[in-house]
Amino acid sequence: MSLEQKKQKKRNKKRNRLIYRTAVLLVLLGAIIFAIVTNLQADNTVYRVGDQAPDFQLPQINKNNESETIQLSDLRGKGVMLNFWATWCKPCEREMPYMQELYPVYKERGIEIVAVSLDSTELVVDRFIDKYDLTFPTPHDKSGEVRDLYKVGPIPSTFFISPEGEIVEYVSGELSLERLEGYLRDILPQK
Amino acid sequence: MDLVNLSGNLLYAAFILYLIATLFFGATIRDKRSTKSKKGISGNIAITITILGFLAQLGYFITRWMASGHAPLGNMFEFVTFLGMAMVLGFIIIYFMYRIGFLGLFALPLAMIIIAYASMFPTQLAPLVPTLNTSWLYIHVSTVAVGQGILFISFVAGLMYLIKKIDQKKRTKKNIGLELILYMIFLFVGFIVSTTTFSIMDYDATFEYQDGTQIIETEYRLPAIAAPNNGVLLTENVMEPWFEAPGWMQGADAGRKFNTVIWSVITGTILYGLTVLILRKRVGAALQPLLRGVKAELLDEIMYRAVTIGFPIFTLGGLIFASIWAQIAWGRFWGWDPKEVWALITWFFYAAFLHLRLSRGWHGEKSGWLAVIGFGIILFNLIVVNLVIAGLHSYA
Amino acid sequence: MNKIKCECGHINPEGTVLCEACGKPIEGNQHIDGNDKKLLLNMRYEGSARRSQTYRKSFVDKVWSFFSSVKVGVWLIVLALVASMIGTLFPQQQFIPPNAESRDPAVYYEAQFGMVGKIYYQLGFHEMYSSWWYLILLGLIGVSLVICSLDRFVPLYKALKIQKPRRHETFLNRQRFFSETEEVSKADIGQVKEKLRKQRYKVTEQNGHILAEKGRFSRWGPYVNHIGLIIILLAAILRSTPIMFTDEYVWVRDGETTVIPGTKGDYYVENKQFILDTHDPEDERFKDALEISGAVASNFQTDVVIYKATNNDVPGAKPELEPILTESIQMNKPAKFNGYTLYQSGYQPNEFSSMTFKIHETDDEDATAIDSFTINLFEPESEYILDNGFRAVIDQYYPDYYLDDDGIPASETNYPRNPAFVLAVYPPETSLPEVSFIGIGRNIDATGENEYKVAIQDFETHFVSGMTLRVDRTLIFFGLGAAIFMIGVIQGMYWQHRRVWIHPKNNGLLLAAHTNKNWFGLARDIEKAIEKTNIKMVEARQELDK
Repeated sequence: MSLEQKKQKKRNKKRNRLIYRTAVLLVLLGAIIFAIVTNLQADNTVYRVGDQAPDFQLPQINKNNESETIQLSDLRGKGVMLNFWATWCKPCEREMPYMQELYPVYKERGIEIVAVSLDSTELVVDRFIDKYDLTFPTPHDKSGEVRDLYKVGPIPSTFFISPEGEIVEYVSGELSLERLEGYLRDILPQK
Repeated sequence: MDLVNLSGNLLYAAFILYLIATLFFGATIRDKRSTKSKKGISGNIAITITILGFLAQLGYFITRWMASGHAPLGNMFEFVTFLGMAMVLGFIIIYFMYRIGFLGLFALPLAMIIIAYASMFPTQLAPLVPTLNTSWLYIHVSTVAVGQGILFISFVAGLMYLIKKIDQKKRTKKNIGLELILYMIFLFVGFIVSTTTFSIMDYDATFEYQDGTQIIETEYRLPAIAAPNNGVLLTENVMEPWFEAPGWMQGADAGRKFNTVIWSVITGTILYGLTVLILRKRVGAALQPLLRGVKAELLDEIMYRAVTIGFPIFTLGGLIFASIWAQIAWGRFWGWDPKEVWALITWFFYAAFLHLRLSRGWHGEKSGWLAVIGFGIILFNLIVVNLVIAGLHSYA
Repeated sequence: MNKIKCECGHINPEGTVLCEACGKPIEGNQHIDGNDKKLLLNMRYEGSARRSQTYRKSFVDKVWSFFSSVKVGVWLIVLALVASMIGTLFPQQQFIPPNAESRDPAVYYEAQFGMVGKIYYQLGFHEMYSSWWYLILLGLIGVSLVICSLDRFVPLYKALKIQKPRRHETFLNRQRFFSETEEVSKADIGQVKEKLRKQRYKVTEQNGHILAEKGRFSRWGPYVNHIGLIIILLAAILRSTPIMFTDEYVWVRDGETTVIPGTKGDYYVENKQFILDTHDPEDERFKDALEISGAVASNFQTDVVIYKATNNDVPGAKPELEPILTESIQMNKPAKFNGYTLYQSGYQPNEFSSMTFKIHETDDEDATAIDSFTINLFEPESEYILDNGFRAVIDQYYPDYYLDDDGIPASETNYPRNPAFVLAVYPPETSLPEVSFIGIGRNIDATGENEYKVAIQDFETHFVSGMTLRVDRTLIFFGLGAAIFMIGVIQGMYWQHRRVWIHPKNNGLLLAAHTNKNWFGLARDIEKAIEKTNIKMVEARQELDK
């Protein structure tokens, strides 16, 4: 073996070592980053902004509204404000009048407000609807299935869904009249 | 209730037998001029008595099991007693590996302190709550105890090593540290002495205090030096508390426990002070000559060997069996409950011990300190975590 | 990179401390294992060349050798240990006691522990075990595990494979167990060999040089257990993905059927009945203890039926349910179906299921019922028409009544834990209602002029059972890792690698021995082997660190 060959061999060995070590370190680094990222994302919201809103079907219980059931996919082509609420939730109660105030105006312009009630008793919802004279559809999610589907945590939780069925905005917590109107404008169907 | 009495008596018998065995083990060291065979005889007698004591304690365990219908591992008294038994078992195992009597002179009294400590907790037969009502209780708890019992031998050997090797001629940081460890043993004795004294006197004072949103009544069995935070004394004609426990102390009955700690410290300190007065030197210095005839390398070896035997058993019982049970009971094998975390800390610690020894060459004295601290962590987990930090494991 | 040729002819890689074949200390490398200052040789890793201790050129090499250090590994363990300790100083967020005045961590820690608590909270120690830096710490321990093991296993394996029975004299006389005997007969040597074989030593010979070895496999123990730990860490990473791990909680009241969250609406659970048993306070065995502690539960059980939804195309649409499992779930006895496990986790007593009201004349002191009606608290009707011509209309229903901040009646939750009603009672043939407000411990006449009074006659309560649903597909990996770990530690700790060398010298021999632990066992082996020969027993020399 000549000196040149020896040197070459040595260089190869060194290069191999570098590749091997770099590879091992990169794999380990990747694993750590993956672990941390998945751990910090553990916020449980399966559906995020940009996702298609999953379909559901629920009985509608607002007597001021003519629909008997609400199926989300039937509303394709309209912008949908999907609100999760309950009578015993104070912030929900506060934003209800705003929704009612804007509903007739925006219904004309192609937006549907769907307020899914998470109460367990229909009577309570009825009385609440009477109190605020709500006219938008209020599907009743008695078994909590749709709540689970959307992974709704604290309420109120509101999804703003575009006419194409895509979640454009997600708001956890109470909405003011201005913010609500702003979001509704974002999901207006294109004329 | 015959079985229960029998069981109690067997435990007493075991305690007395351990005491006698200790004296015989003492003889193996004292007789330095005696011939080898004579030494062997007193060693044989001592280990025989130890085994008899162990069998008596096993008898206690079995009869109590028969009486209650479940293995007596369900509360502090039962577990700590079992731990004491596991310590004796650990000693017997190591004795037959190395045939060294002097280890018994230290191991048995310490195991006896643990057993005495156990009996300070309520000793009535108690039914099991649904969570504990499974054979995993026996599997998990007994394996943990055996592992800890063997690690205890490592502590004993480490302590003996330190007593033997640390220079006692003048005061140094090291011999003060050693003295502190011995002082803590005195605190245990202080706890036992003060609790026993007042329980014989049948002392009782009731306090009422607020814990979060609840009003709770608590009974003090020791005169109240520290009252519960915002506590009101209900009993008449008893000592008025000197002060209140600070508000940050957490968990059920923090005030009463704090008061017990104060009493243990006072009594233990008095006992320690008297001992030092009588000996006219540090306790460590007084013990040192006892170990003159013992080989330091042998102690080092035992200390290490006990960790190598105990560590896998502890891992199996304290982490693996514990996780399996947690998975079955709660659906999660690990929940960062304080007790679980402290088991992990113990595991980390002994893992560090082994790595330092194997790869960094920490033998002898350094190893000795670690062995002592390691068992300190185990006791911390047993006592402080159970009684102070509230969690899934607080039995008492 | 310079290979080092030993005088025995073996070529060692750079960084070798003791020649791989004959064990002769290699000049110039003795500082690596600290042999230069001591009589005895440091035998760890057989004095082989750990790569990391030799080349430190590029950045990658530097990082590599950093993690390859056991010292760094121990430091990481100590840091994790200390962090874990700090995390138990105060309760972690999920362990804030339910009866705390405020369970909001921003309030709780400061209120309970003062300044220290506030700092604890601000530093994020209340979520210690899911904090990014704690995870990084565990991750770094993993990195250290992998690199340390890789770096040590290979050279150690090689060194033990290459080792020759013929060892250099210096290697022998610098062992902890060593003796030199001037005159030894061939027969004696033969006998020693035989006896060592009998003690299950593997004896190899080379020109009269003898190596007796047993338990070499225990040297692989640490690497086996490290593999176990790495598998456990990988499993932990897998577990953080939702595909591998799901954790949901569901409350189901007696008689109710509800969807099980986390099953994508595929499964429903019906709670037939929740059972809470307590130990009999009259039980002779436990009488004393029960007197002090009060009632102790002996069983929590939910009798459930698990259903599979057959038409689950559109969530929310009324499902067709097909029962697949009937089970009694207890503590330590979860129900399993299709990869899901449902655990008994909690219960709430005393939720109201129905209330029966009676109507009596206000001035009737005996309160004799004229009529009565029962309200199902989950499906109340808005109007009850009674036999005697009375009509009761529910004006308002508060399942969990409280007065809100403005002093207005409201319901705190969805659940009938404290039901209250505003009832309008129409006596026969009147159109003017008498209004009253009625709940548990409340009965208010709105006008004070009511002729008839409504009162609670009876009520029924039920339990609500809390159950946890888990999917954990990582368990098998954790189990595998734990099993491998246990095999590794047992292999490494319950067996020892013992070696005895015999080196003929003139008419006598040098005898040396080494073990990785349990020197007393080794000494006993040697004593047995040289019994009745005139070979001198090895002398134990040890340098204990101060």
